[in-house]
Amino acid sequence: MGIQGVPATKVKKRRSLLWSEARDGYLFILPWVFGFIIFTAGPMLASLYISFTRWEIVTPSVWVGGAQYVKLFNDDRFWLSLYNTSYYVFIGVPLHLFFALLAALAVNLNLRGIHFFRTAYYVPSLTPVVANSILWVWIFHPDWGLANAFLEWIGLEGLYWLQDPRLAKPALIVMSFWSIGGQMVILLAGLKGVPMELYEAAAIDGANWWSRFWRVTLPLLTPALFFNLIIAIIGAFQVFTQAYIMTEGGPNYSTLFYLLYLFRAAFENFRMGYASAMAWVLFIIVLTFTALQFMLSDRWVFYEGDVRR
Amino acid sequence: MLSVNSRTAKELIFAGFWYVVLSLFALVLALPLVWLLSTSLKTGGQTFLMPPKWIPDPFVWTNYPEAFRAVAFHEYFWNTIRIVIFATTGAMLTASLAAFAFARLRFPFRETLFILVLSTIMLPSIVTLIPTFIVFRTLGWIDTFLPLIVPLWFGGGAFNIFLFRQFFMTIPLELDEAARIDGASNLRIYWGVILPLSKPVLATIAVFAFIHNWNDFFEPLIYLQSPENWTMAIGLRGFRGLYHTEWNLMMAASTAMIAPLLVLFFFAQRYFVSGIQMSGLAGR
Repeated sequence: MGIQGVPATKVKKRRSLLWSEARDGYLFILPWVFGFIIFTAGPMLASLYISFTRWEIVTPSVWVGGAQYVKLFNDDRFWLSLYNTSYYVFIGVPLHLFFALLAALAVNLNLRGIHFFRTAYYVPSLTPVVANSILWVWIFHPDWGLANAFLEWIGLEGLYWLQDPRLAKPALIVMSFWSIGGQMVILLAGLKGVPMELYEAAAIDGANWWSRFWRVTLPLLTPALFFNLIIAIIGAFQVFTQAYIMTEGGPNYSTLFYLLYLFRAAFENFRMGYASAMAWVLFIIVLTFTALQFMLSDRWVFYEGDVRR
Repeated sequence: MLSVNSRTAKELIFAGFWYVVLSLFALVLALPLVWLLSTSLKTGGQTFLMPPKWIPDPFVWTNYPEAFRAVAFHEYFWNTIRIVIFATTGAMLTASLAAFAFARLRFPFRETLFILVLSTIMLPSIVTLIPTFIVFRTLGWIDTFLPLIVPLWFGGGAFNIFLFRQFFMTIPLELDEAARIDGASNLRIYWGVILPLSKPVLATIAVFAFIHNWNDFFEPLIYLQSPENWTMAIGLRGFRGLYHTEWNLMMAASTAMIAPLLVLFFFAQRYFVSGIQMSGLAGR
């Protein structure tokens, strides 16, 4: 709608309306703007600055240039924590997503009482991570735990789940499968969004179950899968509580995750410069992966709008 | 006739097969919770049996009062509730105000600013943690609830802004225009027209804020030091430090932390589902 042919007084009124609208718009987002400056942008820059200093809180900070980064890259334990975290991210997240997809497909079946199964699969993901961690320490207990009771029941020998450096990370990943419910519900919403006509058209064309899934369901689900993947990877890079409570980083540093190492540097040893350098390295890693995924997403993520364009 | 019968038979087999698969899977997922409950009601000696006994004999209901006596869970509960109330109020007010601007008012750089909001969702919070901690320390706010409350009065979290905006976009713009013709200000439209229509999203955000504060471990761990200020999550960790071999008591305490969430879930199920589905919309 243009303003041509409207009397001058009305134009003036319209302009002032727009101005007041813009003024109110800025006013309404002002709390967020302040928050962004005080709690996001400011601290980000500050932590970059701190990462170039040596600072133990009680002593004055000393500018050391890139020394913290040099120290970081020569620190075996830093590389170990990065390896442990990458293991958790790149093995745990895809498997977690795969199981969530299977669960979503299963509870999308058109069966009576399916709602019960949806609820049953979702409920475990509600358990708070602290309670979850304590429960699973007990489940993984080598002598009296449920996991070994099951293994012995099927005739296998029990394992030292959290006491064996080779098994501790896989054990934490197995534990994470228990809470696939959140992702399942997001994927289920994606499945519900697939238009029925597409299935019907595919069925008329003689497509069987498998090719319907492969050609119709999965492409239309890629936006939801993409979103889940990004958020899950960012979250998994910051895995902390499980290791803090269940294994304290052990055994033999096998669950020393990145954030746990950073936490110890910052809040147990008060090496703020070192910890800030770690924070920035993690930020760069996560940023790189997110950017990479957005770039690669062109190849596999299918947006409905693309067809219309 | 025959073909109809064979078709229903095939459907029955199909349904039967899936019910078996779904039930097996449900059983596997339910076992840890059953194990939790069963352990929480056992005597100390009965927790150390292999193969385990599923049904406690006798049922030791007193494990629960004993766990609550050992550690001040009632205080942790009220601390958590207080944080939830003050943090959520701020989040709901400032996030909805910002979302109203992003959804219904026009101003220069609106889209750019909104992309900035969205990009902060993907920011790993660790990169801002240390300077934020130092600011709160300088203000003397360590070991108070303020670090867990005050930031939420400044925008209320990018994700909440997103959820509010998503919902506000579905409300017809004509309502604003009608109110504007009647001389209502934008603040009046926000408060008197849009918010009253937004009860579902307000409920969703309240529910999620409750879950977040109830479950959050990292921030309370850093900011709350003396036991009288602990939240449920930190309190449970402290309990594990004290009673690390008394699995029955530990499971009773864990159950006490999980149960309120399950109760909330069963009363507010539709807000859970709508909230999660809306969060999935971010992928579109």
